Amino acid sequence: MIVEAGHFALVLAFALALVQSVVPLAGARIGEMRLMAVGGPVALAGFALVGIAFAALTATYIQSDFSVANVWENSHSLKPMLYKVTGTWGNHEGSMLLWVLILTFFGALVAAFGRNLPATLRANVLAVQGWIGAAFLMFILTTSNPFARLDPAPFEGRDLNPILQDIGLAIHPPLLYLGYVGFSVCFSFAVAALIDGRVDAAWARWVRPWTLAAWMFLTGGIAMGSYWAYYELGWGGFWFWDPVENASFMPWLAGTALLHSAIVMEKRSALKIWTVLLAILTFSLSLLGTFLVRSGVLTSVHAFATDPTRGVFILAILVVFIGGSLSLFAWRAGSLTAGGIFHPISREGALVLNNLFLTTATATVLVGTLYPLVLEAVTGDKISVGAPFFNLTFGPLMLPLLVLIPFGPLLAWKRGDVYAAAQRLMAAFGGALLAMLVTWLVVDRVTVFAALGVGLAAWMVLGALTDLAQKSALGTAPLGVSMRRLAGLPRSVFGTALAHMGVGLTTLGIAATLAFQSEHITVMKPGDVADIDGRSLRFEGVAPVRGPNYTETRAQFVFAKDGRTLGEISSAKRLYTARQMPTTEAGILTLGLSQLYVSLGDATSNGGMVVRVWWKPLVTLIWLGGLVMMIGAAVSLTDRRLRVGAPSRKARTAVAAASQ
Amino acid sequence: MTRKQKRLSVIAAGLAFLGAATGLTFYALGQKASFFYMPTELQATTLQPGQRIRLGGLVEAGTVKRGEGTQVSFSVTDSEKSVPVTYVGILPDLFREGQGVITEGTMRPDGVFAADTVLAKHDENYMPKEVADSLKEKGVWQDQPAKSGS
Repeated sequence: MIVEAGHFALVLAFALALVQSVVPLAGARIGEMRLMAVGGPVALAGFALVGIAFAALTATYIQSDFSVANVWENSHSLKPMLYKVTGTWGNHEGSMLLWVLILTFFGALVAAFGRNLPATLRANVLAVQGWIGAAFLMFILTTSNPFARLDPAPFEGRDLNPILQDIGLAIHPPLLYLGYVGFSVCFSFAVAALIDGRVDAAWARWVRPWTLAAWMFLTGGIAMGSYWAYYELGWGGFWFWDPVENASFMPWLAGTALLHSAIVMEKRSALKIWTVLLAILTFSLSLLGTFLVRSGVLTSVHAFATDPTRGVFILAILVVFIGGSLSLFAWRAGSLTAGGIFHPISREGALVLNNLFLTTATATVLVGTLYPLVLEAVTGDKISVGAPFFNLTFGPLMLPLLVLIPFGPLLAWKRGDVYAAAQRLMAAFGGALLAMLVTWLVVDRVTVFAALGVGLAAWMVLGALTDLAQKSALGTAPLGVSMRRLAGLPRSVFGTALAHMGVGLTTLGIAATLAFQSEHITVMKPGDVADIDGRSLRFEGVAPVRGPNYTETRAQFVFAKDGRTLGEISSAKRLYTARQMPTTEAGILTLGLSQLYVSLGDATSNGGMVVRVWWKPLVTLIWLGGLVMMIGAAVSLTDRRLRVGAPSRKARTAVAAASQ
Repeated sequence: MTRKQKRLSVIAAGLAFLGAATGLTFYALGQKASFFYMPTELQATTLQPGQRIRLGGLVEAGTVKRGEGTQVSFSVTDSEKSVPVTYVGILPDLFREGQGVITEGTMRPDGVFAADTVLAKHDENYMPKEVADSLKEKGVWQDQPAKSGS
């Protein structure tokens, strides 16, 4: 009954999405307020209906109702409750339902908080959201019905892929989708503006909070996915340049560019057409990511049951939305008034440079991701494009950008002064040089690269702090005055500084891990001690352990320095009984910001075990940096002038003047 | 500068970026992309010394030797030819005799493939996509009626 109710709610949601696609748009065309007003309530009702469908699917997972094919394929009665709930989206059908749930959630947010938007813009935005919703609901209903029944009902389920039985499944997909799909709002705003033929600084102000929110969630989703892969797969890597990772990284890069170009548009009325294009491209890359991951083109942990009709359907959605929006752009962009002009050396100029770097970097990632697929389709040659390719293309484009980041916020609008900015950054530069020297002299005299990486990271963190110090006149004004000024700075200034600092911290984590990590592969028997850079790892022994739906061989280790125990680690080889699938459960010991990572291999013929141990200095900064970026975005979102839907066109100038 | 000149300078900068990115991309694709071979194809090609490639196929039954240390040796076969492989480290969880595998590394002069990576990226049919496709072409492997992958 619940299952049929869920299915029915989904069909109703599809019908409402069709209404939402047409009626508000028609109303906006003929200027009929009553038709335009339909958009809001329909968007809210659509969200409620998809919510009901999603709750129904979750309920069948909790009940382990194996008469539903989806539950049978991906669940098991012995599975712990957390994974029964998260298993709802640990499969193709459920994850598409989560995708649409989040899409309608954003539509509902626009309906609820967009009351100050001009009526036609709001109606058009909701209509475009309706198109996307209708397309994906049709996709679910026709090719990926999560509510299909089985008759007769099997007695036991086939269990969830063991790799997905982890707390990461509760966090990574929802965050990632909030990011991916959040950009749909920016897309809808862009298309609505093109339909309207009108964009101005106020438009940028309305788009910014949505971009910021989507960017925040996407940052979290990517960071969480990276950490999950790091601890779950047992290889100790944090980024593999896997096409699936690139699929989420490309919208992030484009979204970062959009975030910055929207500032220029809001403050200076420039880069209008470019910003609209970026908004379209960012969501297009999100759609491309959905296609790559969901169509079965790629083999990965993310690709579930592969069914060619699904791939073709998503490809059709992709073509219609990307092709349609770009055609609309080509047709209408000319009618948008061109923006103001500015001096190349200025805050705007710096942001344009940022955009050039980020979009070309996105393009290289795009080529690296799609080229093997295209080549195989055209010539049949199979190649793999991996880390060496991206280090050579993405790296050279990213490094100068990172070096230039601290300059941007210190340049004035309209006409900046590089020499003045450089002078202000002298302290940060000195600090970075010091960090470089210390790294080179004290830690490692061999790799110059390591010292440069640490110096670059220090430069970015100190540069972000310099910006705050300058804006609060720290050092030039009395301490009390500058503290008051610091407290009075707009929140977005703190947001910028935190986000840039986060990039610096992630860079530090990556540089330290790549340069200073040590790897040890040895064969150990119980009682053996391995030397890990002057510390000792003692293998205590192995014991069998029985979990709720798995059995494992757990090995105990003690990590110590000079006889003082630093911590205990247990690492395991696990066998999930339902699927007879083995997994490696790496043992991780966090000491400060660094981690010891222990992975178990096979037994050797002489009764030992192959053990792979990594010492990863400062590795946690890679993800903590992401967290700091998220906090930065959150702080920015609380800025008054960015409050969703708050500013109206008239009040804009006054608020903007006050925040300068 | 006039408005037109400024726009031109922005466009020029954009083109410069695109040019640099294109150059880097072509260079990197030529140098750094590794090609995928099955054992039969590998024997028919001449590789430059030290060229990184991917070798895929089935782990030949009865060839996996672990010994006492951390080095593992096994042969990768496509049922016509087979290539001996050595690897130091921990094999992925789903590495099995008779199942599909992708290894990445370089060919040593003595005809042994020195792998530094052994990939576990495949579904529960124990068959990486590239390997499955190639084996299907050779008619060695048929689709199994499995519903969901991982």
